[in-house]
Amino acid sequence: MNDMSAKIRRGGAFLTVFLKEVKENLRDRRTLMSAFLTGPLLGPLLFVMLINVTLNRELDKAEKPLPVPVLGAAYAPNLIDALKAGGVVPGAAVADPAQTVRKQDADVVLRIAPDYGKAWRKGEPVQVELFYDSSRRDANTSVERVSDLVENYARQQGAMRLVARGLSPGTAWPLQVARRDQATPQSRAVLMFAMLPYFFVITIFMGGMYLAIDLTAGERERQSLEPLFANPVARWKILCGKLAAICAFSTASLLITLLGFAVVGRFIPAEKIGMELDLGLHFATYVLLLMLPLVLLLSALQSLVAAFAKSYREAQTYISLLMLVPIIPSALLSFMPIKAQAWMYAIPLLGQNLGIMQLLRGDGVTGEQIGLCLAGSLAAALVAVLVTAQLYRSEKLAISA
Amino acid sequence: MIEVRDLHKAFGAVKAVDGVSFTARDGEITGLLGPNGAGKTTTLRMLYTLMAPDRGQVLVDGIDAAADPLAVRRQLGVLPDARGLYKRLSARENIDYFGRLHGLPEELLASRREALVKALEMGDIADRRTEGFSQGQRVKTAIARALVHDPRNVILDEPTNGLDVMATRALRQFMTRLKEEGRCVLFSSHIMQEVGALCDRIVVIAHGRVVADETPDALRAQTGENNLEDAFVKIIGSEEGLAA
Repeated sequence: MNDMSAKIRRGGAFLTVFLKEVKENLRDRRTLMSAFLTGPLLGPLLFVMLINVTLNRELDKAEKPLPVPVLGAAYAPNLIDALKAGGVVPGAAVADPAQTVRKQDADVVLRIAPDYGKAWRKGEPVQVELFYDSSRRDANTSVERVSDLVENYARQQGAMRLVARGLSPGTAWPLQVARRDQATPQSRAVLMFAMLPYFFVITIFMGGMYLAIDLTAGERERQSLEPLFANPVARWKILCGKLAAICAFSTASLLITLLGFAVVGRFIPAEKIGMELDLGLHFATYVLLLMLPLVLLLSALQSLVAAFAKSYREAQTYISLLMLVPIIPSALLSFMPIKAQAWMYAIPLLGQNLGIMQLLRGDGVTGEQIGLCLAGSLAAALVAVLVTAQLYRSEKLAISA
Repeated sequence: MIEVRDLHKAFGAVKAVDGVSFTARDGEITGLLGPNGAGKTTTLRMLYTLMAPDRGQVLVDGIDAAADPLAVRRQLGVLPDARGLYKRLSARENIDYFGRLHGLPEELLASRREALVKALEMGDIADRRTEGFSQGQRVKTAIARALVHDPRNVILDEPTNGLDVMATRALRQFMTRLKEEGRCVLFSSHIMQEVGALCDRIVVIAHGRVVADETPDALRAQTGENNLEDAFVKIIGSEEGLAA
C-alpha cells in the first residue's frame, strides 16, 4: 500500500461516518417521524389553524349581527333604531349588567337612563353606559363597534341640532384629525406572524435532536464509542461526520417546513383583513439562506450538550432545556418592539428573527443585513464546533459508565 | 509485537496502573491475568491509545503510541471492554463500517469480511440487524469488525466474558488460529484455566503492578506449586477477584 492512496482513502473517513449515521438513522422510526413529519409539519398546521380561527373570528365580529342586551331600550327608540341599522340586535334587559359581562354572557351591555327622553327633549347632554371588560381581548371588536355606533349617532344628532339653530356644524368641531395609516398589507400581517421565526428554529432543532443525542450520549450508552475511537481516525473527523449527519437531517426538516408553509400560506385568507402574506419561493430561499449557519450552530450546540450527558435520557433533558433558548429573541421582540440596529443582525437567532420579520413586512433584506447575519451566526457556529471538538478529545468521553 | 515500558496511570488519588512493563511477541498468545480491578482494562486502553499514560511508553511494532497514535491504531485489532454494536445495522454493515474507517478498498473489504464471517461461523446471522443478538453473536461481530483490516497485533479485553461453553471453546480455537497465523495476541482475563490453557506467556497484574511474567511451566516451577491455580494465588497473595 503506497502512502498516497492510503491518504486519499483515509480522507473518506468523514464521508464514511456521515453515510453510516444517515443510513442508521433513516432506519429509526422515531427519528424519521420527528425529523420529517411531526417536527416540520406540526408548525405549519398549527399555524394555519390558529390564524384561521383568529381571522374568522375577526371577520365574523365585523360583519355578523351583534346581540347586545339593552336596559331601558324604551326610553330611546331612535338610538335603538340607529344601532339596529348598524347590525346590533338589541336584546332583553338583564338584571345586573356588570355581572353579565363578567360572566361572559355578553361582550357588551348598554344601559340607558330613565330620564333619557326628558333630557333629550330639553337638549341637555345625557349619558348612556357601556359595560364591558377590556381584559377580554376577543370582545374588543364588539365593544368598539357599539361604541362607534353610539358616538356616530351622537355626532349626527348634534350636527342636526346646530343646523336647526342656524349654525354650521363645523363650529362645534374646530379641529379634525385625519389619520394617515402607513401600515401596508404586509406589515399588518407581521403582528400576527411574530412567532414564525421561532417555528423555523424549532423545526431545525427537532430535526437534528434525536441524531445529536444518538450520536454522542446514545453511542456512549450503547458502549460503541470506545470501539469507534479505536479506529485510526482522528476524533475531530468523526465529529465532523456526525455533525454533517445532524445538519443534513435538520436541513431536510427545514426544507419540509418551508414547503409546508408555502402550501398553507395559500389557504390563509390574509387578504380578507387587509393583509398580504408571501410565503412562497422567494421567502423560502431567503429564510433558508439566513437559517443555514443556524443549522450548524444548533447541531454543534446539541452535540455539545449531549456529550456532557451520561445517558440518553439525561441528554434528552438537557436538550429540551436548550430548546427554550431560541424563544428568547422571539418573545423579546413581541413584548418590546425595538428598532432594529445593524449590529443586531450579527447576533445569532436575533438576526434571523429580524431578517424573517423584514421579509414578512415585504421590505426585503439588504445585502449588508444578510452578510452580518451569516457572519455572526457562522462565527458562533465555529466556536461551538471547536468547543465540541475539544470536548471530544477528552479521555472520559469514550469511557462508558 | 507490543512492548510496554513502565506504564503509569492515576485517576485522582487512585493509581490504576503503577509501573507495568511487559512484551507480547508475534506468534504467541500473551495473557494478562489479574483479579477484577487490577488495572488490566486501563493498561489495554493505553495500548490502543484511548488514554494517554501519565508516564511510560507503549511501542507497537516499534511505533511509539504517544508519537503517532493513528499509526499504532492501524497496527492493532481491538476488542475493547465495551462491545457496543450499531443495532440498526446488520452484522455485515457493522463490519463494513470499521473496515471503511480503516480505509480498506471495497474489494479487499468484501473479501476480508467474508473470510471472517466464515472463520467465526456467523454466516447465518451476518445479514440480520444486531438488535437482539445473543452475547456470543455480539462478541463474534465485534471481533470480526476489530480484525477486518487484518492487523498484526490483536488485543482482546476479557473476550470470553459472558459467553457460554460452546462459544468460549470456539473463541479459544479462533485465538489459537490467530496465533498460528503469526499474529501477536494479547488478551486479558481473570479466569485462570483459560489463561493456563491458551497462553504461551502469562503476565500477572495485581494492584496496578506486574507481579509475574513467565511461561505457564515456569510459573509452576517458580512457585513450587503443581497446580496453576495455587501458583496464581501464591503470586497475587490473595484469592480475591479470581475465578477458576
